[in-house]
Amino acid sequence: MTTAQPTPDPRRPFPKTRRKPRFWTRGKGAVTAVPYFWLLLFFLLPFAIVLKISLAEPLIAQPPFTPLFGPDGALQATLDNYRFLWEDHLYIVAYLNSLKLAGVSTLLCLLIGYPMAYGMAKAPPALRNILLLLVILPFWTSFLLRVYAWMGILRNNGLINNLLLGLGVIDQPIQMMNTDFAIYIGITYSYLPFMILPLYAVLERLPGDLVEAAQDLGCRPWKAFATITLPLSVPGIIAGSLLVFIPAVGEFVIPSLLGGPDSLMIGRVLWDEFFGNRDWPVASAVAIALLLVLVVPIMMFQRMQLRREGA
Amino acid sequence: MSQATGGGSSTSWQQPDTPPFLRIEGVVKRFGDFVAVDGVSLDIYRKELFCLLGGSGCGKTTLLRMLAGFEQPSEGHIYLDGSDMTDAPPYERPVNMMFQSYALFPHMTVAGNVAFGLKQDRVPAPEIKRRVTEALDLVQLGPFAKRKPHQLSGGQRQRVALARCLIKRPKLLLLDEPLAALDKKLREQTQFELMTIQEEVGITFIVVTHDQEEAMSLSTRIAVMDRGQIAQVGTPTEIYEYPRTRFTADFIGSINFFDGKVTGREGEALTVDVPVLGISLQVRSEIELPPGREVCVAVRPEKISISREPLDLPNVLRGKVRDLGYLGNLSVYRVELDGGRLVKVSTANTLHSTEREVDWDDMVYLGWRSSAALVLSE
Amino acid sequence: MRRRNWFLFSALCFGFAFLYGPILSLIIYSFNASRLVTVWGGFSTRWYGELFRDPQIIDAALLSLRIGAVNATFAVALGTLAGLAITRFGRFRGRMLFTGMIAAPLVMPEVITGLSLLLLFVTLESVVGWPSGRGVTTITIAHITFSMAYVAVIVQSRLSSLDGSLEEAALDLGARPWKVFLVITLPIIAPALVAGWLLAFTLSLDDLVIASFVSGPGASTLPMVVFSKVRLGVSPDVNALATIIVLIVSLAVVVSGWLMIRSERRRERDVQEALAGRS
Repeated sequence: MTTAQPTPDPRRPFPKTRRKPRFWTRGKGAVTAVPYFWLLLFFLLPFAIVLKISLAEPLIAQPPFTPLFGPDGALQATLDNYRFLWEDHLYIVAYLNSLKLAGVSTLLCLLIGYPMAYGMAKAPPALRNILLLLVILPFWTSFLLRVYAWMGILRNNGLINNLLLGLGVIDQPIQMMNTDFAIYIGITYSYLPFMILPLYAVLERLPGDLVEAAQDLGCRPWKAFATITLPLSVPGIIAGSLLVFIPAVGEFVIPSLLGGPDSLMIGRVLWDEFFGNRDWPVASAVAIALLLVLVVPIMMFQRMQLRREGA
Repeated sequence: MSQATGGGSSTSWQQPDTPPFLRIEGVVKRFGDFVAVDGVSLDIYRKELFCLLGGSGCGKTTLLRMLAGFEQPSEGHIYLDGSDMTDAPPYERPVNMMFQSYALFPHMTVAGNVAFGLKQDRVPAPEIKRRVTEALDLVQLGPFAKRKPHQLSGGQRQRVALARCLIKRPKLLLLDEPLAALDKKLREQTQFELMTIQEEVGITFIVVTHDQEEAMSLSTRIAVMDRGQIAQVGTPTEIYEYPRTRFTADFIGSINFFDGKVTGREGEALTVDVPVLGISLQVRSEIELPPGREVCVAVRPEKISISREPLDLPNVLRGKVRDLGYLGNLSVYRVELDGGRLVKVSTANTLHSTEREVDWDDMVYLGWRSSAALVLSE
Repeated sequence: MRRRNWFLFSALCFGFAFLYGPILSLIIYSFNASRLVTVWGGFSTRWYGELFRDPQIIDAALLSLRIGAVNATFAVALGTLAGLAITRFGRFRGRMLFTGMIAAPLVMPEVITGLSLLLLFVTLESVVGWPSGRGVTTITIAHITFSMAYVAVIVQSRLSSLDGSLEEAALDLGARPWKVFLVITLPIIAPALVAGWLLAFTLSLDDLVIASFVSGPGASTLPMVVFSKVRLGVSPDVNALATIIVLIVSLAVVVSGWLMIRSERRRERDVQEALAGRS
């Protein structure tokens, strides 16, 4: 063994220290802290405040609710707002109706979006990017204006009714605006790209030889699709459905422009409670209850994002 | 742990009093509960071309990344040229690395890539220019200076990556699977270029590879790694001819193992009783092993003679040819012994002939000298 | 096989007709001379003239553009930091919460985000005296909060497809971490940052619900003005506005698509040449 080296006795037990890579740690804290702090302040803290206000009583004052702690320092929390939601028929119906409208629309998106995504994935590569661009393009134009477009189409003297009347198929305009039908159309139309994109991402990455192998082993095309392609595209189906369903449940613009007075959706109820009745505590309770309804799908979405990140 | 055995040779690692250039001392790396590198100690000398050889997950890449400074050892120390650099960040080490993916900066030209390291050291512009030209000439890429990496072939990219490291004149150059991304023909050619360049610049190279042939033909010494530990360190010949463990013997090349018990000694050779064969084998060994000790006799296929006629050798087995593979320069046989055991044998095809001396289903004799086999006691 | 191709082909045709039919109808009727949007009264550009003479619309559009640009710039800065933290720093304390807060705004119903931010601003004002009143600042903050999440996702996916050894190579060659970020990481992910900026800009320009919640008197964004117009029924100058927006977006998309295809072609040709002339 050598002697010239400044080496300690090799038999000496090595200290069990945990070292961190020093060169990253310094900047790392600052880089993470800025967006982290921003999100804590402007994303997480607001929820705490909503929760707090949902436990207050309305006041005619500024701000229009009672503080959480009274002047004597005693806790003044009440569950009255939640009891009110539970007992008033209107809110339960609105929640159920939102779930129904969002669920059916998600299904419609899937029915229209899946064949489109599959067709795009099967298209020649040169065409694929153009089709993809065409799917994304409406997303870059105004959401509000795209919903507005349907007002002109579905109205009693709108495009469809005029066309059908002109052709003599009907002699009375069909009532389409201000119905659930219009909401289905509106949600499906507005959120279709969100369904197609994750589906396409999954289907495009599926190796073509899987289906070929299945057919080589004696599968008919439709069976190869049902046993190979469909199961492998499930992650895309889930991702797309969540991306459509969750925001659709809380949708406000579509029901208020296309829906009728009885197609209640919870987003609209919250809006009216806040801007119409100026009842902040009840509006907060509506928001918290909506979050509770959506907490399972949102958690699913989070987990998928995490897994995607790990992959 | 140098294999300081022979004397008289001029190679530095064989002279017991040469100070090592790089000393890795008791290095351990844990990722959570997983121990990637488990107490590695190595001495590497100036101007060596040292190979870390092992299968995937053996810890060779982690060890290399600790030398480069991308990972920090959980325990242990790394000394380079007398100074402790265990905790030095990568940008302060006189060490450069050539990445497996080459990691050429896609938005810079070849010249820009090569100049990058010097710019970080604030070398004056005229000198950068001169040294970039020099480095590109060394790897024969002078005319390609203005190209972007995607405009180069795989072999050219590899040479840009090499030039980019060499231009900083590091004390130590680390190469992570330098030839893995090249096709077979190019790989052989590049291998020799790499050796020539190393001799020219006189920098110590450490190469990580999973390819034993590459390790054998490139390096001055090899460290075989297994599950985070060093299984054996030695010159390619030592590793091949005198593996010390079953793992090393099996990992490098092809080999036959026979498990048995030492029964005694006859002159230079130990007698090992092998129950599967029903006979005793004679193996030359300098190590004294007591009778009754369980050992393993290892014989390389090319050291076994195969013939239809009886052989006059101390170790002879009899069997039937089950498989025969013609590899051009070699023929490999799998011979089934009477007990059912298969033995691999290979012979060089020295004659230009389509006739075979030994064919399928022939009854043959296999034999080898007592010095052709090894006794492994671990 | 043939039959299914037919099926897929008609599905694509139907789908794209569904996506583009309404947009097309908006454009056509924007040139309608009649005030009744759905009765054709001859070709005219009068609604474009009315649109540009409407100070309310013009002011709102300018305000939206201003908020959009400021929002996009901040969102790119914050989103890039967030994407970097998630992909490059391995594990750190509170990482789960952090990734959760990045992913949640992507699906959070707008009414909830809008309400909660408004209540935050009201509470902050009464506790620390800031922000005093609501308006442009509060809208911008709200927009940054949700658009930075989109930027973070874009940056994150670009960073995770980037060969991590590029950054290590730069460190190895002597560049310090911040310099590595400036000279290596940033130029390589620049296209993703441009895409993120444009997306954040568009999201901000498009948002009605959140802006309505956190806005104050005097700060009406373009969607807010448009909404108050269309909720009373169809109005032809909104069609004209839609046509202009569609035109700008299509132009931008076509130009960027053309640039993308061109650079892709050039790249392919280079690769071919490199393979053909290799030494």
